[in-house]
Amino acid sequence: MNTAVKNPGGSVVGVDVGGTFTDVFVLNEHDGTAVVAKVPTTKPDQSLGFLSGIQQQVNQLGDIAVVVHGTTAGTNALLERKGARCGVITSQGLRDVLEMRRRDRPRTWGLRGNFTPIVERQFRLEVPERMLADGTVHTDIDLDAVENATLQLLAAGCNAVAILFANAYANTENEAKAAALVRKLWPNSHVTASHEILPEIREFERFSTTVLNAFLQPEVSGYLRRLEAAMHSDGFTGEFMIVQSNGGVMSVDTASRLPLRTALSGPAAGVIAAGYIAKCAGFNNVITGDMGGTSFDVSLIADGQSMLSAQTSIDFGLVLRTPMIEITTIGAGGGSIAWVDKGGLLQVGPESAGSDPGPVAYGLGNTRPTVTDANIILGRIDSKSPIGGKLAALNAKAAAAALDEHIGNPLGLSTVDAAEAVLRVANSRMAGAIRLVSIERGFDPKQFVFMPFGGGGALHAGAMLHDVGIAKAIVPRYPGVTSAMGCVIADMRQDFVQTYMTTLDALDEVVLMTYMQNHVVAGMNVLNASHNRFESHHICFELDMAYAGQTHTLAVSIPVCVNDARVEAINKQCLTEAFDDTYVRTYGRLLPNGVRRVINLRTSVTGIRPKFDLSTLAPSSDGADIDTSLNPENITRCEKSGRRVFMDKRWYDTKVYDRLKLPIGSIISGPAILEQADTTVLIEPGLQGRIDSFGNTILEHREQSA
Amino acid sequence: MNSNSVIDPITLAVLAGRMEQIADEMDATLFRAAFNPIIAEAHDASHGLYHPETGDTLVQGKSGLPIFVGVMSFAVKAVIDKLAANNDLADGDIFIFNDAHIGGTHLSDMRLVRPYFYGGNLFCYLASVGHWHDVGGAVPGNYNPAATDVFQEALVIPPVRLARAGVVNQDIIDILLRNTRMPQSTEGDLNGQLSALDLGVQRMDELLDEYGDCTVQSALIALGDSAESLMRAELKALPNGRWEAQDYLDNDGIEDEPLAIHVALEINDDAMTIDFTGTALQCAGPVNIALPTTVATAYVAIKHLFSDLPANAGVMRPIDVRVPAGSLLSAQFPAPTGGYTETILRMIDVIFSAAAQASPTLVVANAYGTINALSIAGKRADGQPWVMFSFYGGGHGACCDGDGLNHGNAPISTATIPPMEILEAAYPVMFRQWALRAGSGGAGEYRGGMGAIYEIEVLSEGGAEAYLFGERGRFAPKGIAGGGEAAMNVFSYEQHEAWLQPPMVSKMRGIKLQQGEAVKLETPGGGGYGSAQQRKPQQVARDVQHELISAELADEQYGAAWREIDA
Repeated sequence: MNTAVKNPGGSVVGVDVGGTFTDVFVLNEHDGTAVVAKVPTTKPDQSLGFLSGIQQQVNQLGDIAVVVHGTTAGTNALLERKGARCGVITSQGLRDVLEMRRRDRPRTWGLRGNFTPIVERQFRLEVPERMLADGTVHTDIDLDAVENATLQLLAAGCNAVAILFANAYANTENEAKAAALVRKLWPNSHVTASHEILPEIREFERFSTTVLNAFLQPEVSGYLRRLEAAMHSDGFTGEFMIVQSNGGVMSVDTASRLPLRTALSGPAAGVIAAGYIAKCAGFNNVITGDMGGTSFDVSLIADGQSMLSAQTSIDFGLVLRTPMIEITTIGAGGGSIAWVDKGGLLQVGPESAGSDPGPVAYGLGNTRPTVTDANIILGRIDSKSPIGGKLAALNAKAAAAALDEHIGNPLGLSTVDAAEAVLRVANSRMAGAIRLVSIERGFDPKQFVFMPFGGGGALHAGAMLHDVGIAKAIVPRYPGVTSAMGCVIADMRQDFVQTYMTTLDALDEVVLMTYMQNHVVAGMNVLNASHNRFESHHICFELDMAYAGQTHTLAVSIPVCVNDARVEAINKQCLTEAFDDTYVRTYGRLLPNGVRRVINLRTSVTGIRPKFDLSTLAPSSDGADIDTSLNPENITRCEKSGRRVFMDKRWYDTKVYDRLKLPIGSIISGPAILEQADTTVLIEPGLQGRIDSFGNTILEHREQSA
Repeated sequence: MNSNSVIDPITLAVLAGRMEQIADEMDATLFRAAFNPIIAEAHDASHGLYHPETGDTLVQGKSGLPIFVGVMSFAVKAVIDKLAANNDLADGDIFIFNDAHIGGTHLSDMRLVRPYFYGGNLFCYLASVGHWHDVGGAVPGNYNPAATDVFQEALVIPPVRLARAGVVNQDIIDILLRNTRMPQSTEGDLNGQLSALDLGVQRMDELLDEYGDCTVQSALIALGDSAESLMRAELKALPNGRWEAQDYLDNDGIEDEPLAIHVALEINDDAMTIDFTGTALQCAGPVNIALPTTVATAYVAIKHLFSDLPANAGVMRPIDVRVPAGSLLSAQFPAPTGGYTETILRMIDVIFSAAAQASPTLVVANAYGTINALSIAGKRADGQPWVMFSFYGGGHGACCDGDGLNHGNAPISTATIPPMEILEAAYPVMFRQWALRAGSGGAGEYRGGMGAIYEIEVLSEGGAEAYLFGERGRFAPKGIAGGGEAAMNVFSYEQHEAWLQPPMVSKMRGIKLQQGEAVKLETPGGGGYGSAQQRKPQQVARDVQHELISAELADEQYGAAWREIDA
C-alpha cells in the first residue's frame, strides 16, 4: 500500500477533504489495483493538502484520467454563513416567505431561539407580477420594476441574485422573462431563477433552495476553480468531478452552477463505498455508522440501494430540497461529553468537545470527560501510542481525574465503573439511532449487518451486535478512507423534477412524455460531455402520486422504456397499475372510489462507471512482500504486545494484532484487539473477528463460526 | 410498582434511554402507518408507558405533540377507573375512547389503552393517541365554532373494549366506520395505532426478558424520583413568593363578553401551587376545557419553562394544580370543548406572566396566543363544494437571550403551515400577501417576534363564505420584565370595496365574499422583554433598515438615539 504507482496510466483518484485529514484513493483502471494516502488537511487553503495527498501516490498528474472530490466546502459555507451577499427579486406580497419558513420553531420545548434569513429583508425586493396555480397569468411581469430592482441590488453591493416568483413551477414565463433581463444587467453569472433549480410546487422549499444555491455559487465555484487551476498547473489534464449529495458524481461545471448539490458530498461518498464493500462481501442489507468527534451518522442500505431523502435542513430554517442520501445524525461521537444531570441521571452528549480541544486526555484544554476518555481508561484505546498520529501520547491520568470528578464521585462509582457506564450509555444511544432509522423505514434492524466506518466506530461495533440484536458487523479493511474510496466508486447521476398536477384520468400522455424526454436529453447531454467511461446507462422515472384529498404522496416507480435516449409511449393503464401496486404495498388496501392524482415527475439519469475489484485491497495482493497464507504462524506473527482491557465488568489480558497483516480466513477470538494506523477494532469476549477474502473483518458471535 | 430494590446508576441510565426509545418507536410506527396527514405529517399523536395503578406517565416519546405529554395519563386513569368497577382485566384487552371530558383535549383525539402483562401480572399500561380526520358531528373535521354541546361536535365514545383478551370486537369498528365521513382514513389510523401498541408489547417483552421485571420496575421508580428531584431542584433555585396574573379571552363566540383567566403561582421552597381561582365560569360556546386538559396544560407550561425535564409524572409531584369547580377550566359534560386551543394558550400566557415576576430570565414573553382557525368555503364551477381550512401563525415572545421568533407555531403544537402554492392549487384562492406584519412585535430590550399578514382573495365565480375562530382581538399578548405588548389580532373582510370587521372581533360565521373580494388576517406578534430604553440603538437601527418597524414607531418606542447609528 505504500509504494507509489510508477505509471498509473488511466488512474481515477478520489479525494475526501475532512476536518482533520485529507484522504486519497488511487485506482489504476487498467489493472484494477488501488493505493491510498492520508495527509493532514491544510487550512485555509485546502488545495495544498489536496495536491500533496495525490502526489504521495501519483508521480505525474498528467497520468490521471479523472479526479473525483467529496467536499464539505458547501456545507461549511452554509453553517458558517460565509457566502455571497445575495439579493432577491420576488412577486408582489411575498418577500417574507423566506423569513416566515413553514411556521416552525427551532426547538419543541422552551420557545427560545431565533432565525436569521440568508438574505436580509432590505435586499428582498418585490415586483408586480402574479402567476396562478393553473399556469394562467394574473398580473403581467413589470420589466421596468425588475430593472429598477436589479440596479438597486447592484448598488447595494449584492454579487448574487435569486428570482423567486409564485407558481413558477406551473408556468415559467414571468420568471424566465425577469431572469433574462437580470442576466443582461448583472455583471457575473451568479443569477438563479427558482424554476431552473427546482420546478416543484411548495414556495418556501423552492425559494429557500434557490437562495441557498445563489448564496453558495461564488464561494463553491471559486473553491473548485482554484483547486482545478492548481491541478492544471501541476500538469493535470483529466476531468475533475464532484460527488453530489445523492451519491452520484457531477462535472465541476455542474457543481459550480448547482452548488446546492454538494451539501452532503463527503458523507454521501462514504455511504456509497460502504454499500459497495458490503455488497462485495455478500451483504445487501447494511446499516452504516460513521462515528466522528461530535456525531454518529447512521444510514440505511436496503437491497443494495441507499435510502434517499427529498430534502434536509442544514440548520434551522435553511431548507435544501434536492435528493440526498439519507443520513441521520445523533450527538454521540468520541468527543461527546458525559455529565450527571440535576436529577442524578448519567447523560452522554449532545454537547461535544469535538476534536479540538477534544477529549480530556488530549490535554488541549477540555476538562469534562468524553466517550474517548472512557475508552482510554478501559484500555480500549492505547494511551501510549494513539492512532491517527496527531498526538504522541494521551494523558490517561487527566482522563481518570475528570471521570472521577464529573461521573464517579456524584454517582458513587469507581473510575473504571464510571468509564464503563459512559460507554454503555453512549452505545445505547447509538443502538437507539440504528433501531429508529430502521423502524421509520419499515425494516427490522435484525435483518441488517452493521458497518462502522470513520476512525472510532469499530470500537463500538461489538456493542451494536448486543444492543440491537444484529448478527454481524463488518469492519472494512480501510475504514478511515471510505469516503475517498466512495468518490472512485460513485456513478454519474443527474436528478430532475417537474411538477405536473393533474388527475390520472385527465393526464395528457404527450405532456408527460415531453417532460420525460426533456429530462433524458438533459441528463444524456451531461453524460456524453463527460470523459468518463460508462459501462451502461440507467434511466429511472418516478411519479409522486396520491388520491385526491391526501397531502401525503407516494413515490411510484413507473415502467417506461427508453431506447437510444428516446422515451417510448406511455400507457395510462401501466401508471394506474404502478400506483395501485405501490399503494397496496404501503397502506394495505386501495380506496374503492378514490381519484388518483399525479403531482410531480422525478427522473434520474445515471452513467454506471466501471467498478474496481475490491479483492485487490485484500491481504494477499496489496503489494506487501510478506507471506500471507493462512497458517497459525502467520497469525501469531501479527501479535503485538498485549494490554489489559476492561470489558463486560472485568479486566482481560488482551492480545493485540496488527490488523492489516492478518491472513485471509484468520479467526481471532475475543477478547482481542486489532489495530491499524487509524482504526482500532475491539473484539469482546464471546465474539470473534474473521478476516474475509477482501480483508474486511467480520465480527460475529463465536458459536456462529463456520 | 412497589419494588424497593436500589438500581445501579449504569443500568438506570441505559434503561432510561431504552424505555424512551420504545415510546419513540411506537410514535414512528404510527407516523409511518397513519393514513391521515394530521398524524403522518403534523405528528398530532403520542405514545407512552403508564403506571398500572395510578395511570401516571412513566415514559413518553420525544416526538409526540406537546399537549399530549400531560394529558395521556388521564386517558389511562379513565380506563383504570372503569375497571375498578368490574375487576375483569385480561391480557390482550384494548380500550378505545375519545370522550374529552374524561380524557382531555377534544373529540378528534382517539385514545387506545392497552394493559401490558409480564409473567401473568399487570406491569404497566401502553397508550396511543392520534388526531383522527373525522369522527362524525355537524362539521367535517369536527371543528364547529357554533357548537353549544359535544353532540354537535362529534360522536362521543366512552372507554369501551375494542379487544377482549386479544380478540378484536369488529362491532366497535363497524360503529366507528359508520360514523365518519372518511372511513378509509379512520380504518388506516386505527390499524396504525394497533400496530404501535403491538410493537410496544413486543419491545417491552424483549426489555423485561433481558433485564427482569424487578430491575425495570426499580428503574421506573428511580426515573420518577429523578424527575421529581430535578423539578424540586429547579423550584428551589427560584425565590419563594406568590405572583398573580390575569388575562382574558375576547368572548366564547356565542355571547360577546370577555372571559377572565386568572392564575396565582406560589412557590414554597421546592414546591409550587398553580391556582386558577378567579377564572370565569363555564360558558355556552366551545372555549370550555375539561379538567384533564387544564392539568395537562399546566404541565406544558412547566415543560416550556424547564425544557430539560423528562416527560414523566415525577415532574408534577411537587406541583399542585388547583381549579375552581364550575369554571370554564373544569367544564362539565356535555359542554362543548372544540375550541380548547384558545383557552389553553391563554392559560400558558398567564402562567408565563406570573412566573416572569418570580424570575424574568426563566420566562419567554407571551406568544401570539391564537391559532386563528379560518375556513373559506364555496362551490366550484362544476358545483363541487370546496373548503379551505387552516391555522395561521404569529410572533413568539422575546426572552433574556434575544428577540422573539418571527412567525412561529403555537406553543401547544409543532404543526407547520401548508405551503401557499399547495393551497392555491387545491382551492380557488390567491394570496395577495403572505408577509410579516411590521411593527407587531412588542417593544423591549429584546423585542417580540413579528406576526403575519395573510390576505386571501376569492377567485371562484360564485364567491365564497368565510368562518373564523380566533382570539386576541381585544387583549394583546403581554411582555415581561417591563417589555411592551404586541399588536392585537385584526381580522377584516372586503365587501363592495369597503373593508369591514366582525362585531365579535375574532370570531365570525358565514361572511359573504364575492369573486375578487378578500379576507385579511393580521396576526399578533409576541410580547417584548425588558425596558425599551435598554434596547441597543444598533438593534433599533437594524430593525428600521429591515423595515420591521417604521422610523416613526422606532422614535415613539425607543427614542431617537438610533438615528445616530450608521446602518
